[in-house]
Amino acid sequence: MTASRVTGTWRDVIHMLYETLILPFVEFGFMQRALFGAFMLSLSACPVGVFLMLRRMSLTGDAMAHAILPGAAAGFLLYGLEIIPMTIGGLIAGVVVALGAGAVARFTIQKEDASMAAFYLISLSLGVLMVSLRGSSVDLMHVLFGSVLALNNDALILIAMVSGITLCALGVFGRALVAECMDPLFFRSVSRLGSPVHFLFLGLVVTNLVAGFQALGTLLAVGLMILPAAGARFWTQSVATMCLLSVAIGVCSSAVGLLLSYHASLPSGPAVMLSAGSVYFFSVIASPRGLLLSHLRRSAHGSA
Amino acid sequence: MTEACLTFDNLTLGYNRHPAVHHMTGVVRKGSLVAVVGGNGSGKSTLMKGIVGLLRPTSGTCSIAPGTRFAYLPQLSELDRSFPARVLDLVSLGLWPKRGLLGRHSAEDRQAVTQALLSVGLEGVEKRSIDTLSGGQMQRALFARVLVQDADLILLDEPFNAVDSRTLTDLIALIKHWQDQRRTVMVVVHDLDLVREHFPEALLLARRPIAWGEARQTLSAENLLRARQFGEAWDENAPWCGQPAHDLHETMIDHDGIARHRHVARCNPYAL
Repeated sequence: MTASRVTGTWRDVIHMLYETLILPFVEFGFMQRALFGAFMLSLSACPVGVFLMLRRMSLTGDAMAHAILPGAAAGFLLYGLEIIPMTIGGLIAGVVVALGAGAVARFTIQKEDASMAAFYLISLSLGVLMVSLRGSSVDLMHVLFGSVLALNNDALILIAMVSGITLCALGVFGRALVAECMDPLFFRSVSRLGSPVHFLFLGLVVTNLVAGFQALGTLLAVGLMILPAAGARFWTQSVATMCLLSVAIGVCSSAVGLLLSYHASLPSGPAVMLSAGSVYFFSVIASPRGLLLSHLRRSAHGSA
Repeated sequence: MTEACLTFDNLTLGYNRHPAVHHMTGVVRKGSLVAVVGGNGSGKSTLMKGIVGLLRPTSGTCSIAPGTRFAYLPQLSELDRSFPARVLDLVSLGLWPKRGLLGRHSAEDRQAVTQALLSVGLEGVEKRSIDTLSGGQMQRALFARVLVQDADLILLDEPFNAVDSRTLTDLIALIKHWQDQRRTVMVVVHDLDLVREHFPEALLLARRPIAWGEARQTLSAENLLRARQFGEAWDENAPWCGQPAHDLHETMIDHDGIARHRHVARCNPYAL
Protein backbone atom coordinates (compact mmCIF):
# COMPACT_ATOMS: atom_id res chain seq x y z
CA MET A 1 0.00 0.00 0.00
CA THR A 2 2.63 2.50 1.10
CA ALA A 3 5.04 1.14 -1.49
CA SER A 4 2.62 1.68 -4.31
CA ARG A 5 1.88 5.20 -3.07
CA VAL A 6 5.58 5.95 -3.09
CA THR A 7 5.91 4.53 -6.58
CA GLY A 8 2.94 6.63 -7.56
CA THR A 9 4.56 9.77 -6.18
CA TRP A 10 7.72 8.99 -8.04
CA ARG A 11 5.76 8.46 -11.21
CA ASP A 12 4.13 11.85 -10.71
CA VAL A 13 7.47 13.52 -10.19
CA ILE A 14 8.97 11.93 -13.25
CA HIS A 15 5.90 12.81 -15.27
CA MET A 16 6.10 16.40 -14.08
CA LEU A 17 9.80 16.60 -14.91
CA TYR A 18 9.08 15.17 -18.35
CA GLU A 19 6.35 17.74 -18.93
CA THR A 20 8.52 20.59 -17.75
CA LEU A 21 11.86 19.68 -19.25
CA ILE A 22 11.31 17.44 -22.25
CA LEU A 23 7.79 17.91 -23.56
CA PRO A 24 8.24 21.48 -24.86
CA PHE A 25 11.03 20.24 -27.10
CA VAL A 26 9.07 17.17 -28.25
CA GLU A 27 5.89 19.04 -28.92
CA PHE A 28 7.05 22.17 -30.69
CA GLY A 29 9.19 22.34 -33.79
CA PHE A 30 10.35 25.87 -33.04
CA MET A 31 11.68 24.73 -29.67
CA GLN A 32 13.60 21.89 -31.29
CA ARG A 33 15.13 24.29 -33.79
CA ALA A 34 15.96 26.76 -31.07
CA LEU A 35 17.64 24.07 -29.00
CA PHE A 36 19.56 22.67 -31.95
CA GLY A 37 20.70 26.14 -33.00
CA ALA A 38 21.81 27.08 -29.50
CA PHE A 39 23.67 23.77 -29.07
CA MET A 40 25.57 24.17 -32.34
CA LEU A 41 26.40 27.73 -31.42
CA SER A 42 27.66 26.75 -27.95
CA LEU A 43 29.85 24.08 -29.49
CA SER A 44 31.90 26.67 -31.41
CA ALA A 45 31.32 30.01 -29.74
CA CYS A 46 32.24 28.86 -26.23
CA PRO A 47 35.78 27.63 -27.05
CA VAL A 48 36.31 30.80 -29.10
CA GLY A 49 35.24 32.69 -25.98
CA VAL A 50 37.80 30.81 -23.89
CA PHE A 51 40.58 32.03 -26.18
CA LEU A 52 39.12 35.55 -26.24
CA MET A 53 39.26 35.57 -22.47
CA LEU A 54 42.77 34.12 -22.28
CA ARG A 55 43.95 36.76 -24.73
CA ARG A 56 42.29 39.38 -22.52
CA MET A 57 40.07 40.31 -25.39
CA SER A 58 36.68 39.66 -23.80
CA LEU A 59 35.69 43.26 -24.29
CA THR A 60 36.96 43.07 -27.85
CA GLY A 61 34.33 40.39 -28.41
CA ASP A 62 31.75 42.80 -27.08
CA ALA A 63 33.02 45.53 -29.37
CA MET A 64 32.96 43.18 -32.37
CA ALA A 65 29.35 42.29 -31.63
CA HIS A 66 28.50 45.97 -31.97
CA ALA A 67 30.70 46.35 -34.99
CA ILE A 68 28.73 43.91 -37.15
CA LEU A 69 25.58 46.00 -36.74
CA PRO A 70 25.94 48.34 -39.73
CA GLY A 71 26.52 45.40 -42.08
CA ALA A 72 23.48 43.55 -40.79
CA ALA A 73 21.51 46.78 -40.92
CA ALA A 74 22.52 47.39 -44.53
CA GLY A 75 21.35 43.91 -45.47
CA PHE A 76 18.16 44.51 -43.56
CA LEU A 77 17.50 47.87 -45.23
CA LEU A 78 18.06 46.53 -48.71
CA TYR A 79 16.44 43.12 -48.48
CA GLY A 80 14.32 43.13 -45.30
CA LEU A 81 14.58 40.39 -42.69
CA GLU A 82 16.50 37.94 -44.88
CA ILE A 83 19.24 35.84 -43.42
CA ILE A 84 21.72 35.76 -46.28
CA PRO A 85 22.11 39.49 -46.96
CA MET A 86 22.15 40.27 -43.25
CA THR A 87 24.80 37.62 -42.64
CA ILE A 88 27.00 38.71 -45.49
CA GLY A 89 26.63 42.34 -44.45
CA GLY A 90 27.52 41.49 -40.86
CA LEU A 91 30.54 39.47 -41.97
CA ILE A 92 31.85 42.30 -44.12
CA ALA A 93 31.39 44.90 -41.40
CA GLY A 94 32.97 42.62 -38.79
CA VAL A 95 35.97 41.77 -40.94
CA VAL A 96 36.55 45.43 -41.86
CA VAL A 97 36.49 46.48 -38.21
CA ALA A 98 38.60 43.52 -37.02
CA LEU A 99 41.23 43.96 -39.72
CA GLY A 100 41.22 47.75 -39.43
CA ALA A 101 41.59 47.80 -35.66
CA GLY A 102 44.07 44.89 -35.75
CA ALA A 103 46.19 46.60 -38.39
CA VAL A 104 46.23 49.92 -36.53
CA ALA A 105 47.31 48.07 -33.38
CA ARG A 106 50.01 46.00 -35.09
CA PHE A 107 51.53 48.71 -37.23
CA THR A 108 51.23 51.87 -35.13
CA ILE A 109 51.94 52.70 -31.50
CA GLN A 110 48.26 52.50 -30.60
CA LYS A 111 47.19 49.45 -28.59
CA GLU A 112 44.38 47.22 -29.73
CA ASP A 113 41.91 48.28 -27.01
CA ALA A 114 41.94 51.90 -28.14
CA SER A 115 41.82 51.19 -31.87
CA MET A 116 39.08 48.61 -31.39
CA ALA A 117 37.01 51.03 -29.30
CA ALA A 118 37.36 53.72 -31.95
CA PHE A 119 36.42 51.40 -34.80
CA TYR A 120 33.45 49.82 -33.08
CA LEU A 121 32.00 53.15 -31.90
CA ILE A 122 32.07 54.46 -35.45
CA SER A 123 30.61 51.22 -36.72
CA LEU A 124 27.84 51.07 -34.13
CA SER A 125 26.79 54.66 -34.76
CA LEU A 126 26.61 53.95 -38.47
CA GLY A 127 24.47 50.90 -37.76
CA VAL A 128 22.00 52.70 -35.53
CA LEU A 129 21.80 55.53 -38.05
CA MET A 130 21.00 53.10 -40.84
CA VAL A 131 18.32 51.21 -38.92
CA SER A 132 16.68 54.44 -37.84
CA LEU A 133 16.47 55.51 -41.49
CA ARG A 134 13.95 52.71 -41.93
CA GLY A 135 11.95 53.89 -38.95
CA SER A 136 10.41 51.58 -36.41
CA SER A 137 12.08 50.62 -33.14
CA VAL A 138 10.66 47.09 -33.49
CA ASP A 139 13.12 46.56 -36.36
CA LEU A 140 15.97 47.78 -34.23
CA MET A 141 14.92 45.50 -31.40
CA HIS A 142 14.88 42.56 -33.75
CA VAL A 143 18.34 43.23 -35.11
CA LEU A 144 19.72 43.89 -31.66
CA PHE A 145 18.09 41.07 -29.77
CA GLY A 146 17.30 38.43 -32.38
CA SER A 147 14.82 35.63 -31.89
CA VAL A 148 16.03 32.15 -31.22
CA LEU A 149 12.42 30.97 -31.38
CA ALA A 150 12.13 31.93 -35.04
CA LEU A 151 15.13 30.16 -36.55
CA ASN A 152 14.46 28.98 -40.08
CA ASN A 153 16.31 26.28 -41.99
CA ASP A 154 18.71 28.72 -43.61
CA ALA A 155 19.72 30.07 -40.23
CA LEU A 156 20.23 26.58 -38.83
CA ILE A 157 22.38 25.53 -41.77
CA LEU A 158 24.44 28.68 -41.39
CA ILE A 159 24.98 28.05 -37.67
CA ALA A 160 25.93 24.42 -38.30
CA MET A 161 28.43 25.44 -40.98
CA VAL A 162 30.03 28.10 -38.82
CA SER A 163 30.22 25.65 -35.96
CA GLY A 164 31.92 23.01 -38.10
CA ILE A 165 34.41 25.44 -39.62
CA THR A 166 35.27 26.90 -36.23
CA LEU A 167 35.89 23.52 -34.65
CA CYS A 168 38.14 22.46 -37.56
CA ALA A 169 40.10 25.73 -37.37
CA LEU A 170 40.52 25.44 -33.62
CA GLY A 171 41.66 21.84 -34.03
CA VAL A 172 44.30 22.76 -36.59
CA PHE A 173 45.53 26.04 -35.13
CA GLY A 174 44.89 25.36 -31.46
CA ARG A 175 48.56 24.84 -30.61
CA ALA A 176 49.58 28.07 -32.31
CA LEU A 177 46.80 29.97 -30.56
CA VAL A 178 47.87 28.66 -27.19
CA ALA A 179 51.54 29.43 -27.88
CA GLU A 180 50.80 32.92 -29.19
CA CYS A 181 48.64 33.54 -26.16
CA MET A 182 51.08 32.20 -23.58
CA ASP A 183 54.28 33.84 -24.81
CA PRO A 184 53.84 36.01 -27.92
CA LEU A 185 57.44 37.22 -28.13
CA PHE A 186 58.78 33.68 -27.93
CA PHE A 187 56.29 32.55 -30.54
CA ARG A 188 57.43 35.31 -32.88
CA SER A 189 61.00 34.11 -32.49
CA VAL A 190 60.20 30.53 -33.52
CA SER A 191 57.37 30.95 -36.00
CA ARG A 192 55.94 33.30 -38.55
CA LEU A 193 52.41 32.23 -37.74
CA GLY A 194 51.90 34.89 -35.05
CA SER A 195 50.11 37.54 -37.08
CA PRO A 196 48.20 35.14 -39.37
CA VAL A 197 46.90 33.22 -36.37
CA HIS A 198 45.82 36.45 -34.70
CA PHE A 199 43.82 37.52 -37.73
CA LEU A 200 42.40 34.05 -38.26
CA PHE A 201 41.21 34.12 -34.69
CA LEU A 202 39.57 37.51 -35.14
CA GLY A 203 37.89 36.03 -38.21
CA LEU A 204 36.53 33.16 -36.12
CA VAL A 205 35.20 35.64 -33.58
CA VAL A 206 33.38 37.57 -36.30
CA THR A 207 31.87 34.49 -37.97
CA ASN A 208 30.63 33.15 -34.66
CA LEU A 209 29.11 36.49 -33.75
CA VAL A 210 27.40 36.71 -37.12
CA ALA A 211 26.05 33.18 -36.68
CA GLY A 212 24.99 34.08 -33.15
CA PHE A 213 23.11 37.22 -33.96
CA GLN A 214 20.54 35.24 -35.92
CA ALA A 215 19.70 33.36 -32.76
CA LEU A 216 20.37 35.84 -30.02
CA GLY A 217 20.80 39.21 -31.68
CA THR A 218 23.97 41.25 -32.03
CA LEU A 219 24.09 42.29 -28.40
CA LEU A 220 23.60 38.88 -26.85
CA ALA A 221 25.59 36.81 -29.35
CA VAL A 222 28.74 37.78 -27.54
CA GLY A 223 27.19 36.72 -24.23
CA LEU A 224 27.16 33.06 -25.22
CA MET A 225 30.81 33.48 -26.11
CA ILE A 226 32.00 35.19 -22.97
CA LEU A 227 29.83 34.08 -20.05
CA PRO A 228 30.43 30.30 -20.23
CA ALA A 229 34.15 30.88 -20.77
CA ALA A 230 34.37 33.31 -17.88
CA GLY A 231 32.59 30.82 -15.65
CA ALA A 232 34.73 27.86 -16.76
CA ARG A 233 37.94 29.78 -15.96
CA PHE A 234 37.26 29.33 -12.25
CA TRP A 235 37.18 25.55 -12.30
CA THR A 236 40.27 24.39 -14.15
CA GLN A 237 43.88 25.18 -15.01
CA SER A 238 43.91 23.45 -18.39
CA VAL A 239 42.89 25.09 -21.64
CA ALA A 240 41.37 21.92 -23.10
CA THR A 241 39.26 21.22 -20.01
CA MET A 242 38.23 24.85 -19.95
CA CYS A 243 36.95 24.63 -23.53
CA LEU A 244 34.97 21.46 -22.79
CA LEU A 245 33.54 22.91 -19.61
CA SER A 246 32.54 26.14 -21.32
CA VAL A 247 30.71 24.15 -24.00
CA ALA A 248 28.90 22.21 -21.27
CA ILE A 249 27.91 25.44 -19.53
CA GLY A 250 26.79 26.92 -22.85
CA VAL A 251 24.68 23.89 -23.73
CA CYS A 252 23.04 23.72 -20.28
CA SER A 253 22.30 27.45 -20.16
CA SER A 254 20.77 27.27 -23.63
CA ALA A 255 18.44 24.45 -22.60
CA VAL A 256 17.53 26.02 -19.27
CA GLY A 257 17.10 29.45 -20.81
CA LEU A 258 14.81 28.15 -23.53
CA LEU A 259 12.68 26.30 -20.99
CA LEU A 260 12.46 29.39 -18.79
CA SER A 261 11.46 31.45 -21.76
CA TYR A 262 8.82 28.87 -22.71
CA HIS A 263 7.25 28.42 -19.29
CA ALA A 264 7.50 31.98 -18.01
CA SER A 265 6.97 33.69 -21.38
CA LEU A 266 10.29 35.50 -21.14
CA PRO A 267 12.23 36.76 -24.14
CA SER A 268 14.50 33.85 -25.14
CA GLY A 269 17.84 35.63 -25.66
CA PRO A 270 18.03 37.27 -22.24
CA ALA A 271 16.74 34.06 -20.62
CA VAL A 272 19.65 32.07 -22.09
CA MET A 273 22.13 34.78 -21.14
CA LEU A 274 20.85 35.05 -17.59
CA SER A 275 21.07 31.29 -17.15
CA ALA A 276 24.73 31.46 -18.21
CA GLY A 277 25.09 34.48 -15.94
CA SER A 278 23.85 32.47 -12.95
CA VAL A 279 26.43 29.77 -13.67
CA TYR A 280 29.05 32.50 -13.83
CA PHE A 281 28.08 33.96 -10.46
CA PHE A 282 27.92 30.51 -8.93
CA SER A 283 31.47 29.88 -10.23
CA VAL A 284 32.72 33.20 -8.91
CA ILE A 285 31.46 32.33 -5.46
CA ALA A 286 31.63 28.57 -5.02
CA SER A 287 34.38 27.26 -7.33
CA PRO A 288 37.78 26.06 -6.02
CA ARG A 289 39.37 29.32 -7.18
CA GLY A 290 36.35 31.43 -6.30
CA LEU A 291 35.70 33.91 -3.52
CA LEU A 292 34.47 31.53 -0.85
CA LEU A 293 37.14 28.85 -0.92
CA SER A 294 40.09 31.12 -1.54
CA HIS A 295 39.02 33.14 1.51
CA LEU A 296 38.61 30.05 3.63
CA ARG A 297 41.95 28.76 2.50
CA ARG A 298 43.75 31.96 3.36
CA SER A 299 43.62 31.11 7.05
CA ALA A 300 44.24 27.38 6.71
CA HIS A 301 47.41 26.97 4.68
CA GLY A 302 49.63 23.95 4.20
CA SER A 303 52.85 23.58 6.14
CA ALA A 304 55.08 23.68 3.04
CA MET B 1 88.14 26.47 -36.38
CA THR B 2 87.11 30.00 -37.26
CA GLU B 3 83.83 28.95 -38.77
CA ALA B 4 81.42 31.91 -38.56
CA CYS B 5 78.09 31.43 -36.90
CA LEU B 6 76.99 35.02 -37.08
CA THR B 7 78.30 37.78 -39.33
CA PHE B 8 77.59 41.48 -38.87
CA ASP B 9 78.33 43.63 -41.87
CA ASN B 10 78.08 47.35 -41.15
CA LEU B 11 74.90 46.59 -39.21
CA THR B 12 72.83 49.54 -38.00
CA LEU B 13 69.69 48.91 -35.99
CA GLY B 14 67.38 51.47 -34.50
CA TYR B 15 63.97 52.81 -33.72
CA ASN B 16 62.50 55.88 -35.42
CA ARG B 17 65.70 56.35 -37.37
CA HIS B 18 67.65 56.80 -34.19
CA PRO B 19 70.25 54.10 -34.26
CA ALA B 20 70.67 52.01 -31.14
CA VAL B 21 73.40 49.86 -32.65
CA HIS B 22 75.65 51.63 -35.03
CA HIS B 23 77.84 50.42 -37.89
CA MET B 24 78.71 47.10 -36.41
CA THR B 25 81.00 44.77 -38.27
CA GLY B 26 82.37 41.52 -37.03
CA VAL B 27 82.05 37.78 -36.74
CA VAL B 28 80.84 35.54 -33.95
CA ARG B 29 82.69 32.25 -34.31
CA LYS B 30 80.84 28.98 -34.03
CA GLY B 31 81.12 27.57 -30.54
CA SER B 32 82.12 30.82 -28.89
CA LEU B 33 80.69 32.16 -25.65
CA VAL B 34 80.29 35.92 -25.83
CA ALA B 35 79.15 38.26 -23.08
CA VAL B 36 77.49 41.40 -24.39
CA VAL B 37 78.05 44.27 -21.97
CA GLY B 38 77.32 47.98 -21.85
CA GLY B 39 75.26 50.51 -19.95
CA ASN B 40 71.50 50.91 -20.15
CA GLY B 41 70.47 52.01 -23.60
CA SER B 42 73.73 50.91 -25.15
CA GLY B 43 71.96 48.69 -27.68
CA LYS B 44 72.46 45.24 -26.19
CA SER B 45 68.83 44.15 -26.38
CA THR B 46 68.45 45.85 -29.73
CA LEU B 47 71.33 43.81 -31.08
CA MET B 48 69.67 40.62 -29.84
CA LYS B 49 66.39 41.57 -31.49
CA GLY B 50 68.25 42.34 -34.69
CA ILE B 51 69.91 38.93 -34.71
CA VAL B 52 66.62 37.11 -34.09
CA GLY B 53 64.94 39.13 -36.82
CA LEU B 54 62.41 40.91 -34.60
CA LEU B 55 63.94 44.19 -35.75
CA ARG B 56 64.94 44.93 -39.33
CA PRO B 57 68.32 46.56 -39.89
CA THR B 58 68.22 50.22 -40.93
CA SER B 59 71.26 49.44 -42.99
CA GLY B 60 73.87 46.74 -43.29
CA THR B 61 73.20 43.07 -42.70
CA CYS B 62 73.28 40.50 -39.99
CA SER B 63 73.55 37.00 -41.35
CA ILE B 64 73.26 33.75 -39.48
CA ALA B 65 75.11 30.78 -41.00
CA PRO B 66 72.64 28.69 -43.03
CA GLY B 67 71.05 25.82 -41.14
CA THR B 68 71.62 27.40 -37.75
CA ARG B 69 68.77 26.89 -35.32
CA PHE B 70 68.58 29.62 -32.74
CA ALA B 71 66.90 30.06 -29.40
CA TYR B 72 66.14 33.47 -27.90
CA LEU B 73 65.32 34.32 -24.32
CA PRO B 74 64.16 37.95 -24.23
CA GLN B 75 64.82 40.34 -21.39
CA LEU B 76 61.26 41.47 -20.94
CA SER B 77 59.43 38.25 -21.48
CA GLU B 78 55.90 38.72 -22.75
CA LEU B 79 55.06 35.47 -21.05
CA ASP B 80 51.59 35.63 -19.53
CA ARG B 81 52.10 34.12 -16.11
CA SER B 82 48.40 33.97 -15.39
CA PHE B 83 47.87 31.76 -18.43
CA PRO B 84 46.39 28.41 -17.40
CA ALA B 85 49.32 26.15 -18.22
CA ARG B 86 51.55 23.71 -16.43
CA VAL B 87 55.32 24.00 -16.32
CA LEU B 88 55.32 21.05 -18.69
CA ASP B 89 53.30 23.01 -21.26
CA LEU B 90 55.61 26.01 -20.99
CA VAL B 91 58.77 23.95 -21.54
CA SER B 92 57.07 21.99 -24.35
CA LEU B 93 56.76 25.26 -26.30
CA GLY B 94 60.45 24.67 -27.00
CA LEU B 95 59.44 21.75 -29.20
CA TRP B 96 57.89 24.14 -31.72
CA PRO B 97 60.91 24.39 -34.05
CA LYS B 98 60.98 20.59 -34.23
CA ARG B 99 57.29 19.71 -34.29
CA GLY B 100 55.59 22.89 -35.50
CA LEU B 101 51.86 23.30 -35.72
CA LEU B 102 50.63 19.77 -36.21
CA GLY B 103 53.51 17.42 -35.43
CA ARG B 104 52.71 14.98 -32.69
CA HIS B 105 54.77 15.22 -29.52
CA SER B 106 56.36 11.80 -29.33
CA ALA B 107 57.41 9.88 -26.24
CA GLU B 108 60.96 10.92 -27.09
CA ASP B 109 59.92 14.59 -27.03
CA ARG B 110 58.28 14.20 -23.65
CA GLN B 111 61.44 12.52 -22.46
CA ALA B 112 63.47 15.51 -23.69
CA VAL B 113 61.20 17.88 -21.75
CA THR B 114 61.53 15.84 -18.56
CA GLN B 115 65.30 15.65 -19.06
CA ALA B 116 65.50 19.43 -19.55
CA LEU B 117 63.58 20.08 -16.34
CA LEU B 118 65.92 17.71 -14.57
CA SER B 119 68.97 19.56 -15.94
CA VAL B 120 67.77 22.90 -14.61
CA GLY B 121 66.94 21.43 -11.22
CA LEU B 122 63.18 21.60 -11.56
CA GLU B 123 62.29 17.92 -11.32
CA GLY B 124 58.89 17.25 -9.83
CA VAL B 125 57.23 20.54 -10.75
CA GLU B 126 56.07 19.41 -14.21
CA LYS B 127 52.41 19.39 -13.23
CA ARG B 128 52.40 22.65 -11.32
CA SER B 129 50.75 25.65 -12.93
CA ILE B 130 53.12 28.38 -14.04
CA ASP B 131 51.61 31.05 -11.79
CA THR B 132 52.95 29.18 -8.73
CA LEU B 133 56.61 29.46 -9.79
CA SER B 134 58.98 31.87 -8.08
CA GLY B 135 61.09 34.25 -10.16
CA GLY B 136 64.12 31.97 -10.02
CA GLN B 137 62.10 28.87 -10.82
CA MET B 138 60.55 30.64 -13.79
CA GLN B 139 64.00 31.54 -15.09
CA ARG B 140 65.05 27.91 -14.70
CA ALA B 141 61.94 26.81 -16.58
CA LEU B 142 62.74 29.24 -19.40
CA PHE B 143 66.26 27.81 -19.56
CA ALA B 144 64.69 24.37 -19.79
CA ARG B 145 62.69 25.61 -22.76
CA VAL B 146 65.91 26.80 -24.40
CA LEU B 147 67.38 23.34 -23.74
CA VAL B 148 64.42 21.68 -25.44
CA GLN B 149 64.85 23.95 -28.46
CA ASP B 150 68.21 22.25 -28.98
CA ALA B 151 69.58 25.30 -30.80
CA ASP B 152 73.02 25.94 -32.29
CA LEU B 153 72.91 29.64 -31.50
CA ILE B 154 71.59 30.65 -28.10
CA LEU B 155 70.80 34.29 -27.31
CA LEU B 156 70.08 35.18 -23.71
CA ASP B 157 69.08 38.74 -22.84
CA GLU B 158 69.88 39.50 -19.19
CA PRO B 159 69.05 36.01 -17.97
CA PHE B 160 70.52 36.64 -14.52
CA ASN B 161 68.18 39.43 -13.49
CA ALA B 162 66.55 38.81 -10.13
CA VAL B 163 67.97 35.34 -9.55
CA ASP B 164 69.68 34.29 -6.35
CA SER B 165 73.29 33.11 -6.22
CA ARG B 166 72.46 29.41 -6.26
CA THR B 167 70.30 29.76 -9.33
CA LEU B 168 73.01 31.92 -10.89
CA THR B 169 75.63 29.23 -10.35
CA ASP B 170 73.37 26.58 -11.88
CA LEU B 171 72.52 28.72 -14.90
CA ILE B 172 76.20 29.59 -15.50
CA ALA B 173 77.04 25.88 -15.37
CA LEU B 174 74.37 25.23 -18.01
CA ILE B 175 75.74 27.96 -20.26
CA LYS B 176 79.26 26.53 -19.98
CA HIS B 177 77.88 23.11 -20.77
CA TRP B 178 76.35 24.53 -23.94
CA GLN B 179 79.72 25.90 -24.94
CA ASP B 180 81.28 22.46 -24.38
CA GLN B 181 78.70 21.12 -26.82
CA ARG B 182 80.01 23.58 -29.46
CA ARG B 183 76.89 25.69 -29.32
CA THR B 184 77.34 29.42 -29.87
CA VAL B 185 76.08 31.45 -26.93
CA MET B 186 75.63 35.22 -26.60
CA VAL B 187 74.58 36.52 -23.20
CA VAL B 188 73.71 40.06 -22.20
CA VAL B 189 75.20 40.56 -18.75
CA HIS B 190 75.41 43.53 -16.40
CA ASP B 191 77.75 42.15 -13.77
CA LEU B 192 81.26 42.82 -15.10
CA ASP B 193 82.95 40.64 -12.47
CA LEU B 194 80.78 37.79 -13.58
CA VAL B 195 81.93 38.33 -17.16
CA ARG B 196 85.62 38.45 -16.18
CA GLU B 197 85.24 35.26 -14.21
CA HIS B 198 83.16 33.09 -16.51
CA PHE B 199 83.17 34.42 -20.07
CA PRO B 200 86.08 33.92 -22.47
CA GLU B 201 84.93 36.65 -24.85
CA ALA B 202 83.12 39.97 -24.43
CA LEU B 203 81.58 42.60 -26.66
CA LEU B 204 81.38 46.08 -25.14
CA LEU B 205 78.64 48.22 -26.63
CA ALA B 206 77.82 51.90 -26.31
CA ARG B 207 75.39 52.21 -29.21
CA ARG B 208 78.30 51.06 -31.31
CA PRO B 209 80.96 48.48 -30.60
CA ILE B 210 83.64 49.92 -28.30
CA ALA B 211 85.68 46.77 -27.98
CA TRP B 212 85.31 43.13 -28.79
CA GLY B 213 87.64 40.33 -27.86
CA GLU B 214 89.10 38.52 -24.89
CA ALA B 215 86.89 39.38 -21.92
CA ARG B 216 89.43 40.90 -19.50
CA GLN B 217 91.06 43.02 -22.18
CA THR B 218 87.71 44.19 -23.50
CA LEU B 219 86.65 45.26 -20.04
CA SER B 220 89.79 47.29 -19.39
CA ALA B 221 89.41 50.56 -17.50
CA GLU B 222 90.22 52.51 -20.64
CA ASN B 223 87.54 50.82 -22.73
CA LEU B 224 84.94 51.18 -20.00
CA LEU B 225 85.67 54.89 -19.75
CA ARG B 226 85.29 55.31 -23.49
CA ALA B 227 82.02 53.43 -23.35
CA ARG B 228 80.76 55.73 -20.61
CA GLN B 229 81.61 58.81 -22.64
CA PHE B 230 79.18 57.80 -25.31
CA GLY B 231 76.53 57.63 -22.65
CA GLU B 232 72.87 57.38 -23.32
CA ALA B 233 72.39 60.72 -25.02
CA TRP B 234 69.53 60.76 -27.46
CA ASP B 235 70.09 63.93 -29.40
CA GLU B 236 67.01 64.97 -31.35
CA ASN B 237 69.08 67.31 -33.45
CA ALA B 238 71.93 64.99 -34.18
CA PRO B 239 73.05 65.57 -37.76
CA TRP B 240 72.19 63.05 -40.44
CA CYS B 241 74.72 60.33 -40.74
CA GLY B 242 76.44 60.72 -44.07
CA GLN B 243 76.53 64.51 -44.14
CA PRO B 244 79.81 65.77 -45.49
CA ALA B 245 80.41 68.05 -42.49
CA HIS B 246 81.67 65.03 -40.58
CA ASP B 247 85.03 63.41 -40.56
CA LEU B 248 83.56 60.08 -41.43
CA HIS B 249 85.52 56.98 -41.97
CA GLU B 250 85.07 56.41 -45.67
CA THR B 251 84.66 52.65 -45.54
CA MET B 252 81.72 52.93 -43.21
CA ILE B 253 79.54 55.19 -45.26
CA ASP B 254 77.18 53.54 -47.62
CA HIS B 255 73.83 55.12 -46.86
CA ASP B 256 71.09 55.54 -49.33
CA GLY B 257 68.32 58.07 -48.84
CA ILE B 258 65.97 55.68 -47.06
CA ALA B 259 68.40 54.29 -44.59
CA ARG B 260 69.50 57.64 -43.29
CA HIS B 261 69.66 58.01 -39.56
CA ARG B 262 70.93 60.51 -37.06
CA HIS B 263 74.24 60.31 -35.33
CA VAL B 264 74.36 60.86 -31.64
CA ALA B 265 78.02 61.49 -31.35
CA ARG B 266 80.38 62.18 -34.12
CA CYS B 267 80.87 59.29 -36.40
CA ASN B 268 84.06 57.69 -35.27
CA PRO B 269 83.79 54.02 -35.95
CA TYR B 270 85.85 51.68 -33.99
CA ALA B 271 87.79 49.27 -36.11
CA LEU B 272 87.33 45.76 -34.92
